[in-house]
Amino acid sequence: MNMAVYVWQIGGCLLAIALAPLFAGWVTQCRAWLQNRSAPSLWQPYRMLRKLLHKDAAVATHASPLFRSAPYVVFATMALAAAIIPSVTTELPLARVADAIALVGLFATGRVFMALAAMDVGTAFGTLGARREMMIGFLTEPALLMVLFSAFLMFGSTALPAIVEGTLTAHQFVLHPSLAFAGVAFVMVLLAENARLPIDNPSTHLELTMIHEAMVLEYSARHLALIEWASWLKLFNYACIGFAVFMPWGIVVDGADPRRLVLAIAALLLKLVIAGAALALFETVSAKLRLFRAPEFLTMAFLLAVLGLLVHLLLEV
Amino acid sequence: MEILLVLGFPLLGAALLAVVGAQRYAAEVNVAVSLATLLAAAALVVRIIHGGPMTVAREQFFIDPFNVFLVALTALVGFTTAVFSRPYMRIEAGHGRLSPGRLRLYHSMYQLFMAAMFVALTTNNMGFLWVSMEAATLSTVLLVSLYRTRASIEAAWKYFILCGVGIALALFGTILLYVAAEGLLGGSDMDALLWTHLDAVKGQLEPRVMGLAFVFLLVGYGTKVGLAPLHNWLPDAHAEGPTPVSAVLSGLLLNVALYAVMRCKILADGALHSALPGHMLMGFGLLSTLLASFYLWRQRDIKRLFAYSSIEHMGIITFAFGMGGPVANFAGLLHMTVHSLTKSAIFFTAGHAAQSAGTQRMDGIRGLLALHPSVGWGLMLGSLAILGMPPFGVFASEYLILTTAMRDHPWATPILLIALAVAFAAIFSRVQPMVFGDTDARPLPHSPALVPVFVHLAIVLMLGVYIPPALAEWYRLAARLMAG
Amino acid sequence: MATMNFATQLLQMLAGALLLISFAMLAERRSRRLVTLLVWQGVVLVASTALVAATAHQSHLYYSAALTLLLKVGLLPWILLRLMRKLGIERDNEPLVNVPTLMLVGLVLVIFAFGLAQPVSALATTIIRRTLGIALAVVLLAFLMILARRKAFTQVIGFLALENGLFFAATSTTYGMPLVVELGIALDLLVGVFIFGIFFFQISEQFDSLDLQHLESLKED
Repeated sequence: MNMAVYVWQIGGCLLAIALAPLFAGWVTQCRAWLQNRSAPSLWQPYRMLRKLLHKDAAVATHASPLFRSAPYVVFATMALAAAIIPSVTTELPLARVADAIALVGLFATGRVFMALAAMDVGTAFGTLGARREMMIGFLTEPALLMVLFSAFLMFGSTALPAIVEGTLTAHQFVLHPSLAFAGVAFVMVLLAENARLPIDNPSTHLELTMIHEAMVLEYSARHLALIEWASWLKLFNYACIGFAVFMPWGIVVDGADPRRLVLAIAALLLKLVIAGAALALFETVSAKLRLFRAPEFLTMAFLLAVLGLLVHLLLEV
Repeated sequence: MEILLVLGFPLLGAALLAVVGAQRYAAEVNVAVSLATLLAAAALVVRIIHGGPMTVAREQFFIDPFNVFLVALTALVGFTTAVFSRPYMRIEAGHGRLSPGRLRLYHSMYQLFMAAMFVALTTNNMGFLWVSMEAATLSTVLLVSLYRTRASIEAAWKYFILCGVGIALALFGTILLYVAAEGLLGGSDMDALLWTHLDAVKGQLEPRVMGLAFVFLLVGYGTKVGLAPLHNWLPDAHAEGPTPVSAVLSGLLLNVALYAVMRCKILADGALHSALPGHMLMGFGLLSTLLASFYLWRQRDIKRLFAYSSIEHMGIITFAFGMGGPVANFAGLLHMTVHSLTKSAIFFTAGHAAQSAGTQRMDGIRGLLALHPSVGWGLMLGSLAILGMPPFGVFASEYLILTTAMRDHPWATPILLIALAVAFAAIFSRVQPMVFGDTDARPLPHSPALVPVFVHLAIVLMLGVYIPPALAEWYRLAARLMAG
Repeated sequence: MATMNFATQLLQMLAGALLLISFAMLAERRSRRLVTLLVWQGVVLVASTALVAATAHQSHLYYSAALTLLLKVGLLPWILLRLMRKLGIERDNEPLVNVPTLMLVGLVLVIFAFGLAQPVSALATTIIRRTLGIALAVVLLAFLMILARRKAFTQVIGFLALENGLFFAATSTTYGMPLVVELGIALDLLVGVFIFGIFFFQISEQFDSLDLQHLESLKED
């Protein structure tokens, strides 16, 4: 029994790492369909990873060891984050030692390394992207914490598994207006954190307004592969946090019965399919905000999250 | 059924004038309707004095000495204003400032406004009180923008938005009132908002809810009273609307709004068992008085000047009602009466003064005494009266208010005295050169109707010297009712 | 928490939606979308009124709901859109400065409203009264919107949002005011909007624009 839990801890993490490119591919595919373009294959991200991993890495001559190590650190933080988010089962030994606040800290660590690495070589684009990334991060982090706090308050715990269990073991279906606010705020944070449309455009490579792409311009081959993989994993992680807090149905809460785990994985896939399609739809209908509007967008997210808290205190206590 | 007549005449008049309001005889119709209303109101007064308070139409209307007194005052000033507006509007139309269509709108809305005020005064239902206050706002908005000049549209817009917001807060207060009462009076639809029913159980109303409700009602209806800091609409609306409208706004609408506040205060007093509502009224009243008296110095426009004076006096009345007790309430009611009469008289003369000078700017108005002795004397006497000079009634009421304040709330007396002194200096220094001095303006084509002015001033003078026992008794009754 | 029945939860969801729409209105720049948001607010109001009617068995609230549907979802938006077409302001954008600050002020207002409504909510005999705080917040936010806007048209929309908040307070906290009073309020509202319409024409005629920045001649001098 105990061993099985550890197996699932590692298995779940690997599953996330394996599924993340697929999810990214699915979003891209949906976007292409919605825009009446012929879609790239669902496996395109994997092919890209294979291609990149076979190439030789070219590193700038001034690059410090930080530049080389950053992709590994970033990937490791995302993989670790995937390990503590209950996407399939709540029986996660790691989640007992790292709660959701630690999760936010992990994301922040990844962000800091990414920004440092981008500035390391000293190109104009890298610094620009790093500065923008830090500005966005500075605004999204409090909003994300506020979203999570709403959930914490509701279930009296800062651990994501406890939140999932709290929702799933409730005797009856309860509607929480505060979670509606938090949900909207969370989607806004998700878009901003993952360089999605109203804030950044994931499908451009050279634009003055880009954020994520500006930071990774100097990377190539395996470094770029790891960074891209990490960013897909981040999107996947965010999606899973969303599922855990707002629609945890299907996650196994007691034990690691293999048959139920298979069902849970199926449920996860279904949710990912829906969420990816929704994300693509949203990105298709919305236009990119000018960069100086981004703080406005994110303040709105923060505000909605705080409103969620307030509404919770007024209505649900 | 005098009450039906009081409400029916203005409504019928509004409908009639909506059809014939542009005819030559429309002004006469307006006067006739107002006279009929006045007579009906007088009959209602007689009935109440003999029969005591009564409710009519399944308790939807409620008349007691307090509101019948205001009904009588409203009908009287409404009638004299109609008399005044006959030549005044004719001169305006002669100057080409008004088309026949606008004149029809003016006459019709004037009566509708009177009807709305009568409903507000006599209704027993706090919900209807709100509805009729809103109706009074809406009907006067169109009157303020009657000239369709930029300034008048701006003033009307400000009036509309500010009073709309204010009155929305009052609706929230009314809803809270309903929340407080519903449990006691049952949700049986109509009863829970009837003032008489609320009054009967006011001791048991939930104090916290009532406190909150009263704050909203005070701020909401207080906006219409012109209490600072939500007084901004008042000077603009008075200055830019036609003079008869300024007169009824200042002389009547402010009173009606204050009446609404007082009805709420009686309930809040009963529920809260504390002096909090009274203290709030005193605070708002003092603030308005003080603020308005200093603003008086900055005015260049004659109607704005007296509009600020209205804010000042409403502040004094509110302060008096806030102190409570039979003497202060008596003084407040007396002040309400004399202020209405004096202020409308002043607006009448100011309107004619502005007409003959062709401007409302005070430095353009000179030598009224030489041009129109009656206008000059009217303005001079009116100003002296409103400033509280001894033989006039304003002196008596202000004296009563000041002495009561000295006895009960000594800290407030210096503030009041400063405000009164500042107002005196400001108004007198402006009026004096307008009345005396030289002019080259030509006299008006129609002779101004100044009978209303001197009738009003005569009544004010009489109230300063001698209050008839019947009237005093009536005031005393009303004052006792207001004390709860 | 578990004692709340489903209808109450649904009502609270609707209250939350109302608050959300209010914030969206505060930040919305396009006049056209403001009208859409106003319609959504009306829809939420109809739903909540009907819900209260069904749960509290107050048949007169069904009339209120129907009245709201007719007036706030049907007639008023129609009038507003017509006005926009006639005045040629359909594509108007309003420059709003410093939306984040506006939002934060709005947030403070919400906290204030919740605090103010706390004593009433605390003695709630019906659980529905907890929504009073939200209703008050919607009212205050609409108030803020009127203050923050410079155009006559958007101020009017703020005014109507204010009425919506009041209406929500009336239905959700007290099972509605007596119907006659409600009728009177609705009538006043309708007349008010007609007068707004007249005003728009007067303002745009006199100033060639609905921008209230022109309306600043009446200052203390």
